[in-house]
Amino acid sequence: MTSLLSIRNLSLGYFNGKERNLLFENLNLDLNAGELVCFMGPNGIGKSTLIRTLAGLQKPVSGTISTEKRIAVVLTDRVHAYNMTVRDLVTFGRYPYLNWDIKLNDEDNAIIDRSISQVNIEHLADKNIEELSDGQLQMTMIARALAQETEILLLDEPTAHLDLNNRVEIMNLLRHLARATNNAILIATHELDLALQTADKIWLATSNKKILTGLPEDLVLDGSFDDVFQLKGFDLKTGKMSHEPHRKISVQLDGEGHEYLWTKNALERSGYEIATDLPARQAGSQIKITLINEGGKTIWKISSAKKNQSCKTLAQLLSILES
Amino acid sequence: MILIAETQDLASVLPFPLEGQIDFPVLSRKKVKKIPKGNRAIVFLLISLGVLFLLNISLGSVNIPLSKILASLSGQSEQSVWNDIIWQFRMPKAITCILAGASLATGGLLMQTLFRNPLAGPDVLGLSAGASLLVSLMILSGNAIALFSGPWAISIAASIGSAGVFLLVIGIAQRLRDNVSLLIIGLMIAAVTQSIVSVLQFISKAEDLQTFMIWTLGSVGGTSWKEINVMALIFLVGGLISFASIKSLNALLLGDNYAKSVGTNLKRSRFLVVLSTSLMAGVVTAFCGPIAFVGLAVPHMVRSFIKTSNHKVLIPAVMIGGAILLLLCDMLAQLPGSTQILPLNAVTSMIGAPVVIWMILKTKKTSV
Repeated sequence: MTSLLSIRNLSLGYFNGKERNLLFENLNLDLNAGELVCFMGPNGIGKSTLIRTLAGLQKPVSGTISTEKRIAVVLTDRVHAYNMTVRDLVTFGRYPYLNWDIKLNDEDNAIIDRSISQVNIEHLADKNIEELSDGQLQMTMIARALAQETEILLLDEPTAHLDLNNRVEIMNLLRHLARATNNAILIATHELDLALQTADKIWLATSNKKILTGLPEDLVLDGSFDDVFQLKGFDLKTGKMSHEPHRKISVQLDGEGHEYLWTKNALERSGYEIATDLPARQAGSQIKITLINEGGKTIWKISSAKKNQSCKTLAQLLSILES
Repeated sequence: MILIAETQDLASVLPFPLEGQIDFPVLSRKKVKKIPKGNRAIVFLLISLGVLFLLNISLGSVNIPLSKILASLSGQSEQSVWNDIIWQFRMPKAITCILAGASLATGGLLMQTLFRNPLAGPDVLGLSAGASLLVSLMILSGNAIALFSGPWAISIAASIGSAGVFLLVIGIAQRLRDNVSLLIIGLMIAAVTQSIVSVLQFISKAEDLQTFMIWTLGSVGGTSWKEINVMALIFLVGGLISFASIKSLNALLLGDNYAKSVGTNLKRSRFLVVLSTSLMAGVVTAFCGPIAFVGLAVPHMVRSFIKTSNHKVLIPAVMIGGAILLLLCDMLAQLPGSTQILPLNAVTSMIGAPVVIWMILKTKKTSV
């Protein structure tokens, strides 16, 4: 792998009066071609500072960042401007290549058009940026960075404040770009679920001012994520919230497929214990639920000592169990 | 049902399959935008400026027919009194309006962009306040601190005042990382100088106070051709610096960080923007007094008229717009049909403020 950007003995921080506050100490990292790296860590640990420093917007306390490649950046700064269209905003990506009179040539226009279509916002091109939703504006900012045609792309919380659909769309786009262009993409984020499913590599900021690197799966299994994020009630290894079976009722569940998983989810969320995993308890469970597929529709059959009932939705199932 | 049947029929007739992508010929953007809307708007503004200029010259307490004015302007007039009125009074005043309006409006646009604040104007840097301080020191002290005398005295005092504040602001601008602090410091400088001025007003003689008050009301009627030459020269320099800065001005709209990330040298562009604003606003304040509202209002008016954020279009449009507004205000100040002349600042504020309110209500979302 070719390293596009290398960080050596880098320390970051800020001065508060005469007091020096270090956020990171002696970092040694490389950003490689074709890699999508998610830079993770809890809020306030200094992700944005590192992104800004790598982008050359801020000076490091000590150490070097060496790269011969160009860098484009998507920040969390919200852009406000009168009468600025999406296309105008994307045009700023060409600014490093333009003269004082900002005259665009055919190639510039083609690159701007291509960047707009890469993030699928052609229909917004002539819209005023003040009329955009947060997700649309974020897509525009990414298109602007793409128009800069750099080998390195840095993004600071690109999915913040977006709904699940937009988040997935942006992450998929970035992953696709890293593969297709062989560029390096670094995304600072604190969204575990998305990062774990998209990143080629994770940079994990730890509380001792260092950054751990590795495959997402490795870092999950060796417990690094748990240490850093101090996860409460979320089991990273199963990817689920942990639920307390507060009802102290165990239920035997038979079935398969998505329906089985979502039924299990609904029961666990409502405080039931699923007994299938624990054969020892199976004998003790009083209630048995069976999923039956009838003509493409699912029917839940509930059998217990007292009653035998069936229902067509999970809501009904829960209310039957309740009574 | 019919519709489906028709599409099926169509599909069988078509020479290419309906599935998959069909490449429609797309008009390239260049062809669609042959005549940029900005250029048309600027031509329209220029024509309005020409018309207003003639109207402004033809208005006054002495009624001169338009044909004679045109004759006089082309140097073919024999009527020497009318000739004198036009060349000694009306032309200098109209040209002053154009230069002062264009300078102040450009300064306003530059400040609104630099500070990304729709309420900024050339006076936010404290330049007018600095000029007022020196002028008030000179007038209100009963010319006791008169370092200079004669017809240029007030202009020189005002220039020194705004230049002093300008040097201070530039010095601070080079030290600060962000523009908001600069804005606040400019406002604070203005507050301090204004409070000194009010102390001076409090302790000064009534007749001196009146002289000073008249200066603060603003006037475009008292400029000589010599002064106009100075104003024109400074406007040329300031205007050139503004045009040279269009790229960084556009980039500044995105905020300091993004501007820097697309290669803008923040310190240098901030220096140039502050320099050109100070030069232009300073010289206008020196010769015409602190003219209010033009710098703030004109960029808003122009932006609601031309839907662009590109300074390549905005700067010339705002220059022309400022000239138009000040010509118009001057005509209203003369109260057509009367020999009374209203204070210019009263008129600019009376027109400027409601227009800005109307613009903001119309566009609803305001930000720069």
